[in-house]
Amino acid sequence: MAAHLKKRVYEEFSKVVQIPHEETPAKKLRLSKPSKSAALHIDLCKATNSTDALQYLLQFARKPVEAESVEGVVRILLEHYYKETDNSVRLKIASLLGLLSKTQGFSPDCIVDDAINTLSNEKSHQVLAQLLDTLLVIGTQLPESPALRLRLVEVAYKHLSDTYFGVRNKCLQLLGCLGMVDAPVGKENEGPGTSLGGLRDVQSIISDYFGDQDPRVRTAALKAMLQLHERGMKIHQIIYDQACRLLTDDYEQVRSAAVQMVWVLSQLYPESIVPIPSSNEEIRLVDDAFGKISHMVSDGSWMVRVQAAKTLGSMLQVSPHFLEQTLDKKLMSDLRRKRTAHERAKELFASGEFSSGRKWADDAPKEKLDTNTVNLIASGACGAFVHGLEDEMFEVRIAAVEALCHLARSSPSFAEKCLDFLVDMFNDEIEEVRLQSIHVLREISTHITLREDQLDTVLAVLEDSSRDIREALHELLCYTNVSTKECIQLALLELLKNLNKYPTDRNSVWKCLKFLGSRHPTLVLPLVPELLSTHPYFDTPEPDMDDPAYIAVLVLVFNAAKSCPTMPALFSDHTFRHYAYLRDSLSHLVPPLRLPGRKQVYGLDSVDSGPGSGSVESAQLFLQQSLNRVSTIQNLEASGAQDLLDLTIRDLQRLGELQTELAGAADFCATYLRCQLLLMKALQEKLWNMAVPLCLKQNVTATAAAQQILEETYKLEFLYSGLESRQVATIHHVRLQAKALQLVLTSVHTSHCERFLQDVESFQRLFLTELPHLQDSFVDKLLELMPRLSSCKPVELVKILQTTLRQSGLLQLRLPEQIHRATATIIEPTGESDNPLRFTSGLVVALDIDATLEHVQDPQNTVKVQVLYPDGQSHVIHPKPGDFRKPGPHRHRLITQVYLSHTAWTEPSQIEVRLLLAYSSSSTSLTSPSKLGWSESLESLPAAEAAVEGTIPFSKAVKVFIMPKPARR
Amino acid sequence: MPEIKVTPLGAGQDVGRSCILVSIGGKNIMLDCGMHMGYNDDRRFPDFSYITQNGRLTDFLDCVIISHFHLDHCGALPYMSEMVGYDGPIYMTHPTKAICPILLEDFRKITVDKKGETNFFTSQMIKDCMKKVIPLNLHQTVQVDDELEIKAYYAGHVLGAAMVHIKVGSESVVYTGDYNMTPDRHLGAAWIDKCRPDILISESTYATTIRDSKRCRERDFLKKVHESIERGGKVLIPVFALGRAQELCILLETFWERMNLKAPIYFSTGLTEKANHYYKLFITWTNQKIRKTFVQRNMFEFKHIKAFDRSYADNPGPMVVFATPGMLHAGQSLQIFKKWAGNEKNMVIMPGYCVQGTIGHKILNGQRKLEMEGRATLDVKLQVEYMSFSAHADAKGIMQLIRMAEPRNMLLVHGEAVKMEFLKGKIEQEFSIDCYMPANGETTTVTTNPSVPVDISLNLLKREMALGGPLPDPKKPRTMHGTLIMKENSLKLVSSEQALKELGLNEHQLRFTCHVQLQDPHSDADTLHRIYTHLKSVLKGYTIQHLPDGTVIVESIVIKVSSSTEDSNTKVLLLSWSYQTLIYNGLLPGG
Repeated sequence: MAAHLKKRVYEEFSKVVQIPHEETPAKKLRLSKPSKSAALHIDLCKATNSTDALQYLLQFARKPVEAESVEGVVRILLEHYYKETDNSVRLKIASLLGLLSKTQGFSPDCIVDDAINTLSNEKSHQVLAQLLDTLLVIGTQLPESPALRLRLVEVAYKHLSDTYFGVRNKCLQLLGCLGMVDAPVGKENEGPGTSLGGLRDVQSIISDYFGDQDPRVRTAALKAMLQLHERGMKIHQIIYDQACRLLTDDYEQVRSAAVQMVWVLSQLYPESIVPIPSSNEEIRLVDDAFGKISHMVSDGSWMVRVQAAKTLGSMLQVSPHFLEQTLDKKLMSDLRRKRTAHERAKELFASGEFSSGRKWADDAPKEKLDTNTVNLIASGACGAFVHGLEDEMFEVRIAAVEALCHLARSSPSFAEKCLDFLVDMFNDEIEEVRLQSIHVLREISTHITLREDQLDTVLAVLEDSSRDIREALHELLCYTNVSTKECIQLALLELLKNLNKYPTDRNSVWKCLKFLGSRHPTLVLPLVPELLSTHPYFDTPEPDMDDPAYIAVLVLVFNAAKSCPTMPALFSDHTFRHYAYLRDSLSHLVPPLRLPGRKQVYGLDSVDSGPGSGSVESAQLFLQQSLNRVSTIQNLEASGAQDLLDLTIRDLQRLGELQTELAGAADFCATYLRCQLLLMKALQEKLWNMAVPLCLKQNVTATAAAQQILEETYKLEFLYSGLESRQVATIHHVRLQAKALQLVLTSVHTSHCERFLQDVESFQRLFLTELPHLQDSFVDKLLELMPRLSSCKPVELVKILQTTLRQSGLLQLRLPEQIHRATATIIEPTGESDNPLRFTSGLVVALDIDATLEHVQDPQNTVKVQVLYPDGQSHVIHPKPGDFRKPGPHRHRLITQVYLSHTAWTEPSQIEVRLLLAYSSSSTSLTSPSKLGWSESLESLPAAEAAVEGTIPFSKAVKVFIMPKPARR
Repeated sequence: MPEIKVTPLGAGQDVGRSCILVSIGGKNIMLDCGMHMGYNDDRRFPDFSYITQNGRLTDFLDCVIISHFHLDHCGALPYMSEMVGYDGPIYMTHPTKAICPILLEDFRKITVDKKGETNFFTSQMIKDCMKKVIPLNLHQTVQVDDELEIKAYYAGHVLGAAMVHIKVGSESVVYTGDYNMTPDRHLGAAWIDKCRPDILISESTYATTIRDSKRCRERDFLKKVHESIERGGKVLIPVFALGRAQELCILLETFWERMNLKAPIYFSTGLTEKANHYYKLFITWTNQKIRKTFVQRNMFEFKHIKAFDRSYADNPGPMVVFATPGMLHAGQSLQIFKKWAGNEKNMVIMPGYCVQGTIGHKILNGQRKLEMEGRATLDVKLQVEYMSFSAHADAKGIMQLIRMAEPRNMLLVHGEAVKMEFLKGKIEQEFSIDCYMPANGETTTVTTNPSVPVDISLNLLKREMALGGPLPDPKKPRTMHGTLIMKENSLKLVSSEQALKELGLNEHQLRFTCHVQLQDPHSDADTLHRIYTHLKSVLKGYTIQHLPDGTVIVESIVIKVSSSTEDSNTKVLLLSWSYQTLIYNGLLPGG
């Protein structure tokens, strides 16, 4: 045992001797802290074997290098490169060279020669490929030097015949990225002896590799060609045949690239004529390509199928004859022609016998087909979409649906044809596909009129349990044209059914009926008596005004009546009353009507309906005038100025209510002016001139005002979208004033003063460009006094601030073009329910929240839900990003669940739910962080204004009755 | 030339009793071992005596492969392995192995217990037979023995259905079994890679049919059911226990889910429950949707579909019932049908084909009065609907598969002769490959052109590669020099020096010489010099040397001049060159 121990001691001892020996250079390094290149050099010298060297290089790669020292580092790397025998190390060095040459501010042309030289001596294929990659990086960094490009392209030619696929790949990539776009590359200078010989351009060289033995090289060749195309070179038409041949390649990536290639060519030469093999006929190239790509929709690999389906959508020049074939699938049964279900449905509809039960053998085969005419593997575009829409992978189906959409939008007749297929997709097993096809149908619905049987299928989806689907369908119905009054009736019936089943869809259903009515007034007209259940002789009972279904019917009728003046004659008395009520309560759904004989009563409505585009302008003018008026405020007495501000604020608020287009702008101005008003009031306190600490009372109101101004400025900055930096500067300016006020009021402490001065500095930095516009303002004066301020004592500072605040005038607000206030409306819960939500205390209950958000930027990060319990507890919940949907521009929809929990209560009580807009001032600072290169430089920046984070409530609070019951034991 | 022989014992120009013998590269393989539903006598099973009169099958067959669990593909398996006697390996996929015995047991019960047949296989025999089964995974290459390997591909059709790629050396055969090229609600589409087999043996049930899109049919079906339920009617769907039933269940289940419907759906119990269990297990064999969502919820865990009890049929209110058998000829489906036939609100949906004589066939043909046993008549007032849900590839699908696999020959089985004829014509026309359609017991022989692998030394390959152009072009065959050595069973390509060394032979050089006589008065040396200058002027671009020993060398050709013994004016030119493949045209001057 002892011997054993002794041995170990010796072992350790012997190690101790070695360590200082090794550590010396490392220590030195740390002390002197030489430049990066020197450090690397030492590291590499130290490396005894390749693994070590590799480790050093890997570590080195993690750290960034400044532009100045890149060249030095490159030299050292190259030096080691020549010495190094191990392939992996050389490979790493080569890749580092590429990485380094990407460094910003470093021009890599000085290392081109070295890089090319290393190529000629390199034996390892992998390293060769990596070096070529480096050259590619260098080449793309220097797009302005044709001579260099030529050299690189020469290098690529030379190595194209390498036996390793990676080298060939990279060479092709080089050619694709750097090959001359304008002129064919001459090889004369190398003499005629070379195998490439003569004058050959990049394209034909690349296309030689379409037949390479390695599929990866074939793909690279196709990609290089596509790259050339992207760079603006016109691809020759000869390539077309070669690309078509590659469509039948054994490897999917080749086929996929070939599909792209064929597509590119079909777009370049749509009208040129190509012969059909095995016949004398000729067709347009775009048609031929379309047929070939259609074929790929039934490819073995789903990636290719997706690619093909997508590509089809963008071939808009194809002849209608070919286009329609994609939906064609000739059916047969035992060699007899059969009609498709679609055709049968159409026929059934035409014969007037709608929705009869299916009879056995009604799909019985008809005429016998001539066996010769049946084309099983259709040589054209036959049935491409039929296949694509039935594909196993939903990715393919979605791509096909999208392609249908693109094609249908450009061809009304095709839209008509693909309708049946799209309607079929409403029944897909994957919701995404169903949703997508509904959206597509909506997009093309301007082209089509739904037949009754088609509408029937469409409407069947209204019962879907997914809210998204239903809403998408409502949206679709808003834009749909239908042909008969039966269709309207059918649609209404189904919508009412939907309403009955899913009462939460109320708003969406009403909106849908609004459009349905205004689109088809003449079709609604004959239905009116039935819909309103009026009778020529008898008075019918008055329907319940609160019934959502009745409201739905009324919305339909009133909207139809808008453009159908004869309709109101059919209304009964209570309908008019209901109209008046609905016009007031649901003014967005019920349009103003000209009702005969009742003009005196409803005259106001028709006047109200006046505001068209003209009035927007006048409102704009009014807004501008009020702002101008305010700017004269300096000349007024204090009380007069305050009155003027008060008045203007009131005016603006009213304007915002009246004119929804200008609501944002008006609100913005009003809030801004309110800030000014508050500031003015705070400064004009009578006792202001006294020594500050003496007047405590005034102090309180002024402090409150300062606080309020601060809050308002945050609202101004973050609640409104469309602000320009000018406005942001103005807002910040007000905030600065408020801060100054706070400083004056509160206490005189050095740290406070310092912080304020920092604020001023950061303001100056942020709005350097805006400063000229801020002349004569508070900040302008402040900046003049800045040298004095930074050195003076806090008491002095306060004094200066006090005077500057009082002297500085109102900053004129310039109105931005488009300004919108972020708003949120909580649709659900409605807050009307008297039934408390009961749950066991300590457990959670989920509350469904459905809200629409308007003009909120990046709602995923900013919108929060706040729940306020009666005991003052409040929770803020971050909804998942997936809970936000985007139904329209500037509009978001939040459908989420919040979990509530509380200890037991004795009786139900209300909690408040509201939406908050979170902000953090650092995120909006105008200097984008991307400008600051390496992370180190960021740290050097003075911690500017400490990020102020907060939330602004921007929706009305909704009260929800809840009742946590004590748990039963 | 090597041959592949294919002999159908069943399913040759016929549907049912699939059993195909394949001889490939000296191996004998049996593909499927099914029974015929239409017969109750000896014709029910394939004629195994064709393979061997006396002696065990094990000696003749290398393996048996079962494509899927339908009885017309595996029904005769216990009979063959236990009663005729076969102990070799039987291959089938995991789901097939799991479900197959359930169906066999059911089949046995019906034949023995109900029909009272004797001399039939027993439960124990089914178990013993299953012990011989080796399960297969998709895309797994299984080495049956040193030379024979098989690989399974997904075939759709039913759970666990597979296509098999059988390979011996470079010869290969693909057998499709039954397959489906369009995905359905629970299974994906068949897929195979471009394996270019020598023969593709494909089913051709729907050789002359191109079907309408699946979606129309599904939509129709759902609409019918939905309408009937909304009216308060009851819907009866007679099904066979496995395959389509599951598809329809999923279809209805998801529809119920989507549409928030509450009416109950029942499934008449029996072997279905056991089978459903396996459907839940073999998620990897289902389609994309089920595969992707099973973590949240296994689609086969039906929420709305419950087990049926006889008493439920009289319950009021709407309901949907799946009941066996599918043709309404007996059993539970018929009982329920009788109960519900009188009410016009009710509906029966026949999801498949019905054989003549069954009630299903009668009502589909519009008969409204049915005669029951005991002179009773039944008024059929309920609605009768027909929906075809079939999981075989149609003509287009078959063509699509051929395009995928690119076979050299095509062989059609499992279909009617007339229909095959049509498809055969089409295949030959479209792909210009030979297509066969042998009848039962008829042998098709296809000669193959297998490639012979030869070892080549790396040095030689590199050397020869370096000689040629800049890059090997795969599309163009390249010639190279070498010596082929056949030793024992291996072939080797080596360089000639190596070959000489190995075989212990001396190198012989072949030189061609020829004499040309010239009339030239000059001396020998002068003549030679003149020839030299002449050649130099004529042959530019060749190396021409005048050596001091009195020879002129043009590339490798040696020219010597000597005076004729008789006449000093007549010079004899000696030309000599070694045997070379490269020939320099026009090298010899006009003399």
